[in-house]
Amino acid sequence: MMPRLPLQGLTGPGLFLGALALAALLVPLLNIAVPESSALHLSGYSVTLIAKYMSYAILALAVDLIWGYCGILSLGHGAFFALGGYAMGMYLMRQIGTRGVYGDPILPDFMVFLNWKELPWFWYGFDHLGFALAMVVLVPGVLALVFGFFAFRSRVSGVYLSIITQALTYALMLAFFRNDMGFGGNNGFTDFKDIAGFSLQAPATRMVLFLATAAVLAGSYLLCRFVVASRTGRVIQAVRDAESRARFLGYRVEYYKLWVFVLSAVLAAVAGALYVPQIGIINPGEFSPANSIEIVIWVAIGGRGTLYGAAAGAVFVNYAKTFFTAALPSFWLYALGTLFIVVTLFLPRGIVGAFTALAAGNARRAQPE
Amino acid sequence: MSAPPDLVAPARTGAPQGMALYLEAITVRFDGFKALDRLTLYIETGELRCIIGPNGAGKTTMMDVITGKTRPDSGSAWFGQSVDLLAHTEPQIAQLGIGRKFQKPTVFEQHSVFENLELAMAGSKSVWHSLLARIDARQREKIDATLQTIGLQEQRERRAGALSHGQKQWLEIGMLLMQEPQLLLIDEPVAGMTPHETERTAELLLSLAGRHSVVVVEHDMEFVRSIARRVTVLHEGRVLSEGSMDVVQSDPRVIEVYLGQ
Repeated sequence: MMPRLPLQGLTGPGLFLGALALAALLVPLLNIAVPESSALHLSGYSVTLIAKYMSYAILALAVDLIWGYCGILSLGHGAFFALGGYAMGMYLMRQIGTRGVYGDPILPDFMVFLNWKELPWFWYGFDHLGFALAMVVLVPGVLALVFGFFAFRSRVSGVYLSIITQALTYALMLAFFRNDMGFGGNNGFTDFKDIAGFSLQAPATRMVLFLATAAVLAGSYLLCRFVVASRTGRVIQAVRDAESRARFLGYRVEYYKLWVFVLSAVLAAVAGALYVPQIGIINPGEFSPANSIEIVIWVAIGGRGTLYGAAAGAVFVNYAKTFFTAALPSFWLYALGTLFIVVTLFLPRGIVGAFTALAAGNARRAQPE
Repeated sequence: MSAPPDLVAPARTGAPQGMALYLEAITVRFDGFKALDRLTLYIETGELRCIIGPNGAGKTTMMDVITGKTRPDSGSAWFGQSVDLLAHTEPQIAQLGIGRKFQKPTVFEQHSVFENLELAMAGSKSVWHSLLARIDARQREKIDATLQTIGLQEQRERRAGALSHGQKQWLEIGMLLMQEPQLLLIDEPVAGMTPHETERTAELLLSLAGRHSVVVVEHDMEFVRSIARRVTVLHEGRVLSEGSMDVVQSDPRVIEVYLGQ
């Protein structure tokens, strides 16, 4: 008999939720309760870093849902993430008020700088958090609905769909770079002061945002699990594996695709809205096509079609990125490229897929003949 | 529910009454080439009909027209007395009760046999309905009864991708049955099957006739002989001959087409 591994019997979903709960417990503990002089103390910077990984994990879940389960390789999900971020950023800009460089009570600094006299109509309402949160969901949701409606109705699929999603995010990037769009041009939004009346610099606010991100990650994961385990989830996977078969069975394939696409876009947008107040900046660079491709790489490396693998991939790759860009900045893109190639060639089901296979092999060997 | 009088096909054309399917003067052109040339064909309710013909005779195109995949340039296609097939989309036609089995077995390979049948089950196919759908006792019974019919009870929980070629074909027929179709279109069911599997398939199709109208397109003459009551020979997009297997096989035009060149 093989010795029982300590984590044997724990499945991926259990491990994932367990690790998330542990992080939600340990991070506040190590940050608040452990004194700064201790080696175990977790700095505020690290808390924000972990929150950033978590918001990326939500984004990875969104991409896994549409790509891993529905087979639609979206290379434009960074756009939904960025739009969610911009909607949150607009709220945070309005909260600055007279504390901006120019001290205008209504207009954000960049508008004063551009010599604008009044707030453009599409900025109305963004001084209310509730309105901004609604826009976080609605704007990317409606964009995904309209974009997806035309794309799926015309049966655009495969690489063609991937290309037009790239075009979507690229077009949005060019648009948001323009000063006269009214979104701060290439500087985007930054220098945020507070959220719902609490200072964004305060450790307590940051801890609450961290915990909110952890909770949304857990909620998103459970929601995605619910969807993929439902009959709708089975139809979605059926569409991925044999689309015309699903159509002949009477499923309106384009509606299923559209539904997942919108859900996935909204998840990505929520991730963006959590990201921006913690990172403190949003600019058109977030729309860059390379960003969207990178998300797909996280999911591929983690293991597509497993949800927890995608989330783990996002955390793992971004941790590696943080490490490499500090230690060997010029080396990072090579490392990412190598990792992607190695995973594609040798671990078709990603890192978690390799672990699952390993565990299954162990279990088989452990069984008496 | 009765259709408005002007929608009733046979009254307009004087065609035979009480058929499951009416195809009348269907023409389909692909770049000038006539895949179907004023094809007229009737399928009786509960009939098992075999369609044979050389490659390019228009068999697949005919299936495509019936299922809404291809729109004909002219002609009319009616399902029963009142449903104009040309006015419906593919998923609508599937919902109306026409099930199609493709030439290559296409089942959902990553799903279990049971799940394949579940997905094929008749009922609401909307996203929101499926999100909360649970299988009730009656539906479970129906799936089990279908498993029995297609002889895959033992494979219930197996991944469909792991089935043999013949088993996949039967599963696909089972998926069609779950939709409670009135008309089944089956494209080359025994291609690539072992003799034993072919025999089992013949039994299966014979057991379906009567409860459903079944149209089988097949190349294998032995197989056609073993199941067919009525055979239609297509050639160059038209009906060349129709009747029992013996009648058709002794028709000089058929002999010419099959042997003459």
